[in-house]
Amino acid sequence: MTKEYKTIVDIAGPLIFLEKTEPVGYGELVQINLPDGTTKRGQVLDTSADVVVVQVFEGTQGLNDESGVVFSGDTIKLPVAKDLLGRILSGSGEPLDGGPRIIPEKRVDVNGASMNPFSRRPPDEFIQTGISTIDGTNTLVRGQKLPIFSGSGLPHNEIALQIARQAKVPGSEEDFAVVFAAMGITNEEAQSFMEDFEKTGALERATVFLNLADDPAVERIITPRMALTAAEYLAYEHDMHVLVIMTDITNYCEALRQMGAAREEVPGRRGYPGYMYTDLASLYERAGVIKGNKGSVTQFSILTMPGDDITHPIPDLSGYITEGQIVVSRDLHRKGIYPPIDVLPSLSRLMNSGIGEGKTRDDHKAVSDQLYAGYAEGRDLRGLVAIVGKESLSERDQRILEFADLFEDRFVRQAKDEDRNIEDTLSIAWEILSELPEAQLTRIDNKYIDKYHPAHQNAE
Amino acid sequence: MNGEIYRVAGPVVTVTGIKPKMYDVVKVGHEGLMGEVIRIEGEKATVQVYEDTSGIKPGEPVANTGMPLSVELGPGLLESIYDGIQRPLEVLQQKMGDFIERGVTANGLTREKKWEFTPTVSKGDSVKGGDIIGVVQETPNLEHKIMVPPRKSGTVEDIKSGKFVVDETVCVLSDGSELSLMQKWPVRDPRPVDKKLSPTKPLVTGQRILDGMFPVAKGGTAAIPGPFGSGKTVTQQQLAKWSDTDIVVYIGCGERGNEMADVLNEFPELEDPKTGRPLMERTVLIANTSNMPVAAREASVYTGITIAEYYRDMGYDVSLMADSTSRWAEAMREISSRLEEMPGEEGYPAYLSARLSEFYERAGAVHSLAGLDGSITVIGAVSPPGGDFSEPVTQNTLRIVKVFWALDAKLSQKRHFPAIDWLTSYSLYNDRLAGWFTENVGSDWNELRDNAMDILQEEAELQEIVQLVGSDALPEDQQLTLEIARMLREYFLQQNAFHPVDTFCPFDRQYKLLKSVSQFGEKATDKMENGVPINKIMEMESKDELAKVKYEEDFDAALETIMAKMDEEFTQLGGN
Repeated sequence: MTKEYKTIVDIAGPLIFLEKTEPVGYGELVQINLPDGTTKRGQVLDTSADVVVVQVFEGTQGLNDESGVVFSGDTIKLPVAKDLLGRILSGSGEPLDGGPRIIPEKRVDVNGASMNPFSRRPPDEFIQTGISTIDGTNTLVRGQKLPIFSGSGLPHNEIALQIARQAKVPGSEEDFAVVFAAMGITNEEAQSFMEDFEKTGALERATVFLNLADDPAVERIITPRMALTAAEYLAYEHDMHVLVIMTDITNYCEALRQMGAAREEVPGRRGYPGYMYTDLASLYERAGVIKGNKGSVTQFSILTMPGDDITHPIPDLSGYITEGQIVVSRDLHRKGIYPPIDVLPSLSRLMNSGIGEGKTRDDHKAVSDQLYAGYAEGRDLRGLVAIVGKESLSERDQRILEFADLFEDRFVRQAKDEDRNIEDTLSIAWEILSELPEAQLTRIDNKYIDKYHPAHQNAE
Repeated sequence: MNGEIYRVAGPVVTVTGIKPKMYDVVKVGHEGLMGEVIRIEGEKATVQVYEDTSGIKPGEPVANTGMPLSVELGPGLLESIYDGIQRPLEVLQQKMGDFIERGVTANGLTREKKWEFTPTVSKGDSVKGGDIIGVVQETPNLEHKIMVPPRKSGTVEDIKSGKFVVDETVCVLSDGSELSLMQKWPVRDPRPVDKKLSPTKPLVTGQRILDGMFPVAKGGTAAIPGPFGSGKTVTQQQLAKWSDTDIVVYIGCGERGNEMADVLNEFPELEDPKTGRPLMERTVLIANTSNMPVAAREASVYTGITIAEYYRDMGYDVSLMADSTSRWAEAMREISSRLEEMPGEEGYPAYLSARLSEFYERAGAVHSLAGLDGSITVIGAVSPPGGDFSEPVTQNTLRIVKVFWALDAKLSQKRHFPAIDWLTSYSLYNDRLAGWFTENVGSDWNELRDNAMDILQEEAELQEIVQLVGSDALPEDQQLTLEIARMLREYFLQQNAFHPVDTFCPFDRQYKLLKSVSQFGEKATDKMENGVPINKIMEMESKDELAKVKYEEDFDAALETIMAKMDEEFTQLGGN
């Protein structure tokens, strides 16, 4: 079984080519023994009766044709056990916290199998994050995949941490866990995540996979798969509600491009491989809820848009797979507003199934639509004001302009530790909406205006 | 013919020794993974495998079935949920649980259920391909016609009646061929028809902007391109829910699993507005989500259209929604790139355009082999990268389809839904359907619509001026035009898919609504010409009340009240 081949004929970038092997399986895990006694790991990318191509995770430095290659006969697997909670592991699943090796309950293929759409339960449980721009206008539900589209230098990490701290399903006391996958982030960023986890005691409910900026890029391809395998195990076998935070998807895609180039593949847009959509889908689609199973996997990934460009292939392909996006805006950040979430390009596709009577409140959808319509119009008017001045606007337009300012100042802005419940969020919304003439509230049914409009409350 | 694997590289496997024909289905490896031959090069054949190939080794056996990829057609298709290669997802779940493992086969049609077959031919009758030999009541509202497979004919030697499972022989022809309730058909071959007809009836969808402004004909083709988040899927689902066709085939091609789950959850509970039965009873769903194997995604649109053609041949109107054709094109690109073919534009294979047109050409109104009129309307969603309509899939699609519903991110950000841009969208069926509209909707319908479009067009031009000087600087008549345009946008074009009443708006209501706005416009113009100041008109209460009439259960009564009030208010304005 442990036959060692010394038949390397070619080494190119992270790839090695071997000849004259016995039949080797596609995707098999490989161990490479270097002449200096160190070992590296890799995976079979292409296998034929003549040549086998292996991708080396730790890079090919120090490899030569005298290195030995051992095929494991098995694909990449993660040993899973409930003990994964509270552990810090490397990007390829080795313990980094000085703790013992995980004693596996079983070993699971990290690629996972695709969930049968017939077995999925449509996600509809409202998760309260305590952030108004998410709860009020872009509601997150259990089993959703909702990424943060951000840019370099914006406070996406703070937002992610605030969500990890505050996220809960109101009125339920269920088992939850956080799985954190770091892909190519700096040591400093990783530290701040770890400190926050430790400070809030979240670490004992968390499993952390760390692939830092100086770790091999190839390992980055495995890291999110490890994390999702752990998440699925905790969710579907231990009935836990798992929140998976993956950061940064952009680094992951860079690694994918690097691998594609090394394999001399035909590149797609901007040099990214043509299969990037399918590849990203194989990560994002691992969020969900299964019929008859208590657990759930919810994904909250962070993605920094190169040049703040939402049409760049990484955010673009992600947006086509994920169930919406939370867009962090540089303009709002410059204005000193935290969290600088721009609701206009943000979207939660599953919002409608998670809100309303019995879930949040009956007026939620109408209020949210009205906020959007008002704010969008206000933002358009700002452009006009820059040209003609505020004075030449009609009274109606001036009030809408003021509404947009109020919206940013009262609704969007909140403190980093401010945990607003959904009632708070909706009352702030009504307060600012009441600054508009009632006839302008065309998106709201009259019955809700009677029920919730502050002017009507006072009258009674 | 049995051979062995030579090379494995992801979903593309090279095999030797099977002597295949192009597009033969082969079983790969010890687990018998299903695949299709897509290239033959001397001894070697390249196979695209529909399942994950991890762990498969060179040297494992390969068996050739000698048959192209085919689907099973017969009673039991309706209410089914299939993956891209017609495996029922429910059966897969029973066989292997909540996650799809590989190497499992399942019949497209169940062999357990017996169907009551009533023959309509007798012994000695002569039949040809496509002729109907009997019927099966598939659902309470659908009579499934059992047809002689195309390319077969003869005299009926024996015909049975009674209860049968789909693969039992019910009829024997003189040439010895045994016919059952089921037939198989290769998905990549269009099913033959007697002749194609030109479409004359609109597909009624209950969506105001679609029916009213940019109608598609039954048997026509339409494309919905739009960036992510602009509402493609909601629009597609609205069409699947409310289209007035007999059969709906919905293909979720490379899209989200949770969305498919939503459809699977919702359709059985929704009522078909025409029959009052659950919508699921007229629906076939094909779900190949983005994380399911890419080769099966490529096949899924063919599986769907073949099923649609089968019901069309029975003389039914079928609508087919493919969400999204871009994912299908990407699947082609991915496979083509693994074959190391010379890429065309943006890495797509050079045959992209040909494949797209071949697919859309399978739509159409037809006179079937059985002499019945049926149709397939194809509505394809397109997901252009970055919302840029100049990319190859959108451009190649637009060259073929007759209706273009352009989704716009700006509109969806303003929560104007459906976010279909009324200035760039078009329908080439308006003229052809004009007669139908005059007869069935209202004699002045075409005129009303053209006027509304003129006003919206004018608004766009005026907006450019407003952007520079503000609306107050415009003359009063143009301010009024802006107001009427706003009413058209907000009262008529905007439609709430999630509102129980507004989600479906029949033609009768569409007509009344458009007519009301138009009447307001006429009267207001008249008053203004007689010296009534614009701000008096702007303050009319009935005008604002008209905004919400579309949400009223008792639409007619509510509209009557509002219009009466409007008349009164106009009288009070005086001015004459």
